[in-house]
Amino acid sequence: MVSALLAQSNSVWLPTDASTLAPEYDSLFYFVLWTSVVIFVGVVAAMVWFAYKYRRQSPDERPELVEESKLMEISWVVIPTILVLIVFTWGFRAFIKFGVAPPDAYQIDVRAQQWSWLFTYPDGTQSSELHVPVDRPVRLKMNSTDVLHSFAVPAFRIKQDVLPNRYSYVWFESTKTGTFKVYCTEYCGTQHSGMLADVVVQSQSDFEQWLQEAGTPEDMPLPELGQRVYQQQGCQACHSLDGSRMVGPTLQNAYGTERQFADGSSTVADENYLRQSILNPGERVVEGYQNVMPASYSSLSDRQVNALVAFIKEQSDAAEGTTAANSSQPPLQGSAAQ
Amino acid sequence: METAHKEASGVTKTEEAPNYLNHESGIWSWLTTLDHKRIGIMYAWAVAFFFLVGGLLALAVRMELFGPGETIMGPDAYNQTFTLHGIIMIFLFLVPATPAVLGNFVLPIQLGAKDVAFPRLNLASWYIYMIGAFTAIAAILLGDIDTGWTFYAPYSLQQGSAVIIMTASVFVIGFSSILTGMNMIVTIHKMRAPGLTWNRLPLFVWSIYATSIVQILATPVIGITMLLLIFEQVLQIGIFDPALGGDPILFQHFFWFYSHPAVYIMILPGFGIISELIATFSRHRVFGYRAIALSSVAIAMLGFLVWGHHMFVSGQSAVSSIIFSLITFLIGIPSGIKIFNWIATMYKGSIWLQTPMLYALSFLFLFTIGGLTGIVVGVLALDIHLHDTYFVVGHFHYVMMGGMVMALLGGVHYWWPKMTGRMYNETAGKIAVALIFVGFNLTFFSQLIMGTKGMPRRYYDYLEQFTALHQVSTIGSWILAAGLFLVMGYGLYSLVRGKKAPANPWGAATLEWTNVAAIPDPHNFKRTPLVTRGPYDFHLADEVFGGGDGAGDGAAVRAPDAAPPAPEPKTAQ
Repeated sequence: MVSALLAQSNSVWLPTDASTLAPEYDSLFYFVLWTSVVIFVGVVAAMVWFAYKYRRQSPDERPELVEESKLMEISWVVIPTILVLIVFTWGFRAFIKFGVAPPDAYQIDVRAQQWSWLFTYPDGTQSSELHVPVDRPVRLKMNSTDVLHSFAVPAFRIKQDVLPNRYSYVWFESTKTGTFKVYCTEYCGTQHSGMLADVVVQSQSDFEQWLQEAGTPEDMPLPELGQRVYQQQGCQACHSLDGSRMVGPTLQNAYGTERQFADGSSTVADENYLRQSILNPGERVVEGYQNVMPASYSSLSDRQVNALVAFIKEQSDAAEGTTAANSSQPPLQGSAAQ
Repeated sequence: METAHKEASGVTKTEEAPNYLNHESGIWSWLTTLDHKRIGIMYAWAVAFFFLVGGLLALAVRMELFGPGETIMGPDAYNQTFTLHGIIMIFLFLVPATPAVLGNFVLPIQLGAKDVAFPRLNLASWYIYMIGAFTAIAAILLGDIDTGWTFYAPYSLQQGSAVIIMTASVFVIGFSSILTGMNMIVTIHKMRAPGLTWNRLPLFVWSIYATSIVQILATPVIGITMLLLIFEQVLQIGIFDPALGGDPILFQHFFWFYSHPAVYIMILPGFGIISELIATFSRHRVFGYRAIALSSVAIAMLGFLVWGHHMFVSGQSAVSSIIFSLITFLIGIPSGIKIFNWIATMYKGSIWLQTPMLYALSFLFLFTIGGLTGIVVGVLALDIHLHDTYFVVGHFHYVMMGGMVMALLGGVHYWWPKMTGRMYNETAGKIAVALIFVGFNLTFFSQLIMGTKGMPRRYYDYLEQFTALHQVSTIGSWILAAGLFLVMGYGLYSLVRGKKAPANPWGAATLEWTNVAAIPDPHNFKRTPLVTRGPYDFHLADEVFGGGDGAGDGAAVRAPDAAPPAPEPKTAQ
């Protein structure tokens, strides 16, 4: 036992605290803990003392009746009641703080799935690590794509279940830079215990720089960046890479082939056509498909669009040199973490 | 049962008076018996078997967690192991253990009754339990149940047919629980001996009464929930599965609406046993008898209104969470009152530290920790960080194992002479208590600590930083297991070679000790006893001390010896 305790670098109970909620949490925890210790020691001491003091002296001992003391009975109803009401009120107030994010909180979307986390920033940047600026309230809007999960960061003392059918929210304001662990704490299957992520708390400037680079890294080759944008923007939901027909046309061999449009016209898909189809998808709709692609992609940066075009080109046999084999590379991991 | 039967006939060959063990023989006489005592014994064998299986699974879980990564099994095997540990321990062991084993055996005798109110129903409930148990075994053999004992949707809906069979088994076992509860309530209302007023009922009877209320009212809900889960999976009706428009949180509400009261089904009988033990081994009237009796009923009622405290971070509304937290604290008060009353009972008593009393004292120690950690997780804000961590695992093991299993072991030791007609080895008993107490605390106190540090439960693998605490816990589990196997060992030995038990080895004052033969008659009493005093009125219980004439049964049993054989009364201090 002792070696186990010594092996822990900090105190016996609770991990390091790294959020504004943590000190509040810890003082409440220690209040309950020490009150409990006092009660517990009292109970055990009385028990051990009585067991010794009134131990049986002979088999035919017949102890006198003890008069029941109303005062005593009332005291051990009233005092615990007062104590639990104090603890309840305190816990209730803290709970409200845990539950209500400041209105200026920076919002990050969280997607949980078996068995990974994906964090999406307001500018569309996605990362499997949660990077946040220090000393700034952050609110997470969370959703699951499959079963129940739960988002927990012990260093921040926060936890919230993540559900497949509705958003749930959690907020924190970190007070220390450094790397902390995110755990999934709602059992979700085989790799439940592997569903971890890092929270990287950085200074505001470091965070901004990271966000810039994670979004559109300067030195990343265009097709690779395009592949990331393809994943981040969720293009794969409608456009396959393997030729299968989904909501939208497949991107396999899209470049350099003849496209038939709903209005009867046709053209060979070149770079300009791809660019136009991304930025203004309703202009020319391929025959047999609905005009359902959102126009929101016009907000992508030039570099992102260029990257997408380069990536789509790679999916075509018509494009020289590269093949679709590249697309089997794992997306984003590592590079986003920089 | 076969063994029980053999043992039974072994015991009784040398006895002249017929008793419940020897008046009939053959396996068929057991399988068709309507005797509450024999049914209790049959439950005992079944429940003990599942306790053994569940315990071995727990050892496997602890072994796997001895180090990070794979130790003895892969993640899927691990997930199935902790799931089966939970299901077996809860549904096949803890829920039926005390009401069905000790409740069946002891309660009618404590009431001065010949049997329970509905003996055939009683036998039926045993068969239903066995059918449920075999269904569970079938599900286990089909494999791949890794949902946790909580079966949370939608995960449980995506797992195969084995989950359907397992939930069906929970559904079936529920009926056995309901029937037992109903039987007990009617028995307590209608079959008390003359003079046995409500205020003279032994506290064990009160606790079984409270338990039975919960069994009857809560168990149908788990039945319905399991049925809905089966419908959902087979017919895709969309109650719990968000993909079909259902709501997974609804499942949690349904599940905990039963499963929270179920923890009171498990612990309330334990309170009753502890009251019996502390009164008998302090030779004192229970302090605040009425408070203890009524607080059991209060807990049973309030227990229905706190299920939402399992869901503070699930996404239920904040208002619900706040109300559930408040009621949770209110339910802590009656539990606290019991602890204080038990301690006060010892005051100025004549405390005899035999094995059952040592279990009772262990219970007070461990259950107090269980209760106080329950207050910790009942605090709204504190639960956020501790929810679904090892702190919760530690908390409920302190309550369920440190509380209930200690009480059950104490009760089994206490009533062992009455059930088997044999004494167990007292020294071995005391060594076992010590091993169990030390092992238990090593196993679960380290879990409380790692829980506050954020170690999530149901984790196959863990970060390096938790290794030391996990190893302490695993080593503790070996010591705990050594203690429990020692109990099994000397228990089995006692069945064959144990010293013959007198009718009242503890000098207890309730009817099963004062008015019944060492091994009870098939009909319990030769003559219906007349009750003239409270269950723990040792100052009036002359028959216990050899002086009075009691309400006697007029047969072989006389008042027990004035001086019960006292094996080394001082050594245990």
